[in-house]
Amino acid sequence: MARYVVNRLAQAIMLLVIVSAIGFAILHLAPGGPLSQFAASAQMTQEDLDRVTKQLGLDRPLPIQYLDWFGRMLKGDWGKSYRDGEAVLSVISSHLGATLELMATATIIAVLLGCWIGILGALRRYSLFDTLATVGAMIALSIPTFWFGLVTIYVFSVKLGWLPAGNRHTVGDGSLLDLLHHLIAPALVLALVETAMWGRFMRSSMLEVINQDYIRTARAKGMPEWRILTVHALRNALLPMITVAGLQLPTLLGGALVAETVFTWPGMGRLFLDSIGYRDYPVVMGILMFSATMVLIGSLLADIFYAVVDPRIRVG
Amino acid sequence: MATAALSTVQLAPGQAAWRRFRRHRLALAGAVIILVLVLGSAFGPYLLPFDDTYIDVMKRFAPPLSGAHILGTDELGRDVLARLMMGARVSLSIGIVAMVIAMAVGIVVGAFAGFYGGVVGAVLMRLVDAVLCFPTIFLLIALAALTEPGLVTTTVLIAATAWMWVARVVEAQVRSLREREFAVAALAFGSSNLRIMFRELVPNAIAPIVVAATLNVAKAILLESYLSYLGYGIQPPAASLGNMLNNAQIYLASAPWLAIAPGVAITLAVTSFNFLGDGLRDALDPRMNIP
Repeated sequence: MARYVVNRLAQAIMLLVIVSAIGFAILHLAPGGPLSQFAASAQMTQEDLDRVTKQLGLDRPLPIQYLDWFGRMLKGDWGKSYRDGEAVLSVISSHLGATLELMATATIIAVLLGCWIGILGALRRYSLFDTLATVGAMIALSIPTFWFGLVTIYVFSVKLGWLPAGNRHTVGDGSLLDLLHHLIAPALVLALVETAMWGRFMRSSMLEVINQDYIRTARAKGMPEWRILTVHALRNALLPMITVAGLQLPTLLGGALVAETVFTWPGMGRLFLDSIGYRDYPVVMGILMFSATMVLIGSLLADIFYAVVDPRIRVG
Repeated sequence: MATAALSTVQLAPGQAAWRRFRRHRLALAGAVIILVLVLGSAFGPYLLPFDDTYIDVMKRFAPPLSGAHILGTDELGRDVLARLMMGARVSLSIGIVAMVIAMAVGIVVGAFAGFYGGVVGAVLMRLVDAVLCFPTIFLLIALAALTEPGLVTTTVLIAATAWMWVARVVEAQVRSLREREFAVAALAFGSSNLRIMFRELVPNAIAPIVVAATLNVAKAILLESYLSYLGYGIQPPAASLGNMLNNAQIYLASAPWLAIAPGVAITLAVTSFNFLGDGLRDALDPRMNIP
């Protein structure tokens, strides 16, 4: 087990290095460059530009800049925002809470609803419920998240007036009820795709399990059906879902960015878009790295946790 | 399932696949809708009396079914149906061309990684893993914001964020096919590595490749809509299904039809390609069980 974990960890660290190099290369080789924002200003002379370039260390060769940046990153110094000089990590962390709140709520909804739909669909395969769920999941996966958000705003905010059209809370009102009221729409919009994914994976996992020999054996022993389902089938079918949780993270993060944009939710996704608009390279790079690291850690944890509960993985 | 297998025993593989595909009614419906969308966006604009970029400020925000404007007009008085058709033309083209590029890159990377294995394979596949760590939308927006927006850039960038899945599929296929008799025989005949890879191995992996290609179109159309909605994709005055929604949020309360038509069109196109891909998967390779 320890060997598996060490192996997996080494792989993850290697990936992180490749990931950072890709991200760094993309942002620094792009035309325009970090200083295009300053260069556009009429008040900047060429002299000023040269000085700023030197101050920011942008005149050094790219590999040096990368090594310097990577070394600092490991120490927790992710640079300063070009916009207001705040440290990148603190800019990100001040927006992270809102994003995590949204992602966690959506995930809870998606796991409960998706697993329920998936299990029921598998047990009543090809029933009306199963057919509707399968078709519904496919449509849910095909709807652009932002458009679904717009429709939600139109129906529940514009027409019915039940839900606020955006923001995390009403100005001057920080009560829990107000926060929850604002959370409902973006969380549901984000949960749509996730629910469809969880439902599809749960269904196929359950189908795989209930055709196994040990289920037939349990049935032959005369075990009551509910016991077969809960003790034998469900426990085994839920295991691969751990991996799904890890695999879902990139989709979840991307979905959060879109939901945050539509609902003006002050999270990391919106920060990313704003920073792109300002060509605030350190923050953009920071968020790219941060999200990729989250994905990496997510899949690492999912793999290790799966190996803990399913010994077959460790050997293979 | 057993009876289905028995009844198709006598058929050629192609016929058997066609029979399985025909049974998949949703995939058939998807194919029909795709055909309608393609024909509609190709020939529709010639049948309409309006140009998609013609601005008529006297007729701003005309609701659907007002006079000749079947789907109404937008904030500049442009005909929504004309823009929808031209937008669908752009979005579908991007979807298909981006798929072709992503397939080409993915197949080459996957074939080399799967065939050579070892260091080459490890390096290529770690690269694939690394790019997959970035949430697609983050990567796409970062790339798009740094380049000059336009039709070509958007298409290439979408392909750049989509080839990795194809590479994974092809790598797995090639790696397992490499050991099969026909590949070994080709080697014994003195075929070059390149020939074995692209004339023997890749054609034998055509089933999962076709499925991946179809699902890839769906993904590319969806990504184009995200990118253009956020303002980094197709730029006005040209229309795309995504950028038609760009301004729709502002006028949501007063002119909801501006948001409905493009959104339904995107959903319809993406769903159709997804169902088609699902049907092809069942038809071409019943054993494949990727959810």
